[in-house]
Amino acid sequence: MAARGADKFSVLLPTYNERENLPLVVWLLARTFEESGNNFEIIIIDDGSPDGTQEIAEQLEKIYGSDKIVSCEIISVLLSSGTAYIHGMKHATGNFIVIMDADLSHHVSRYFIKQKEGNFDIVSGTRYKGNGGVYGWDLKRKLISRGANFLTQVLLRPGASDLTGSFRLYRKEVLQKLMDKCVSKGYVFQMEMIVRARQLGFTIGEVPISFVDRVYGESKLGGNEIVSFLKGLLTLFATT
Amino acid sequence: QSGPGAVRFGSVRSGSLRFSRRFTPQADMTKLGQWLCGLALLGSAWAALALAPPGLQLPAPFRQALLPLPIYLLVAFGCYSLATVGYRLATFNDCQEAAAELQEHISAARTDLRRRGLRF
Repeated sequence: MAARGADKFSVLLPTYNERENLPLVVWLLARTFEESGNNFEIIIIDDGSPDGTQEIAEQLEKIYGSDKIVSCEIISVLLSSGTAYIHGMKHATGNFIVIMDADLSHHVSRYFIKQKEGNFDIVSGTRYKGNGGVYGWDLKRKLISRGANFLTQVLLRPGASDLTGSFRLYRKEVLQKLMDKCVSKGYVFQMEMIVRARQLGFTIGEVPISFVDRVYGESKLGGNEIVSFLKGLLTLFATT
Repeated sequence: QSGPGAVRFGSVRSGSLRFSRRFTPQADMTKLGQWLCGLALLGSAWAALALAPPGLQLPAPFRQALLPLPIYLLVAFGCYSLATVGYRLATFNDCQEAAAELQEHISAARTDLRRRGLRF
């Protein structure tokens, strides 16, 4: 196991067309880690983005050093979270894995403190508790979010207040075990991981996060997303 | 202490909550399975008491009261759902400072990265 005091955090960043956001995310992460004195590495898993994300990743690798930034590329027809994480994990040398979207990186440091405080296996960000919240959401979007979350709580009783998990910290062995067990795709995969984690008896801590909408690019929440969410939810309901 | 399948809540500290699950016999049954079992149990109890099959007779007033019970419970749950979602919607935080802070960070990031040689 890791030597005393030598925790290392590996951040997995699956990207697709994140040329604008990527440097900002990396800069914020690097600064937060340096300020808190933690050893880290950022693994960028790009899914063959046509906008030059890979090139930006390589530049960042030169700037920060290849012990801090690892840039890999996969080509898949659809960026399934599972594939990206499996690929990323192979390169990860830390004993803690952070999984996050490349469009948000807020208050990263709170996660480490939370983990130490409770020695949790998983720390998950929540928008719904404490002073967590959102920015720039209209009423309709908030309503859909709360409604969907309520339905999830009733059906799955997951033991965590926010399941769509744009930001999570896992112990490496815990993530490994969960990824072996989970079969869903996309963000339903994130939901499934929390549900399975609770079933397996892992401890889950929660930290309020501020979800500031995509810096560049658009967030989509149309009828299609709602339908696919419901399908995913019902699948989890019937299989976990 | 907590019985089998119970969720143990840790102390609430600085706005954080902790969940852990130690004993989970229900882990083997899917949520759908649990719901079906629960509904079957409640359903048969209700049918036994309210529908009055021969051999198990309750006084008429009791049966009258029990008969619409499922509908009442459904309506009550509906009201609870509306109230809960409404409350949560109303208390959904808006993070103004976080957004402003993020904008500052973005400018700082761009300046610093440019200085370090990143070509955007």
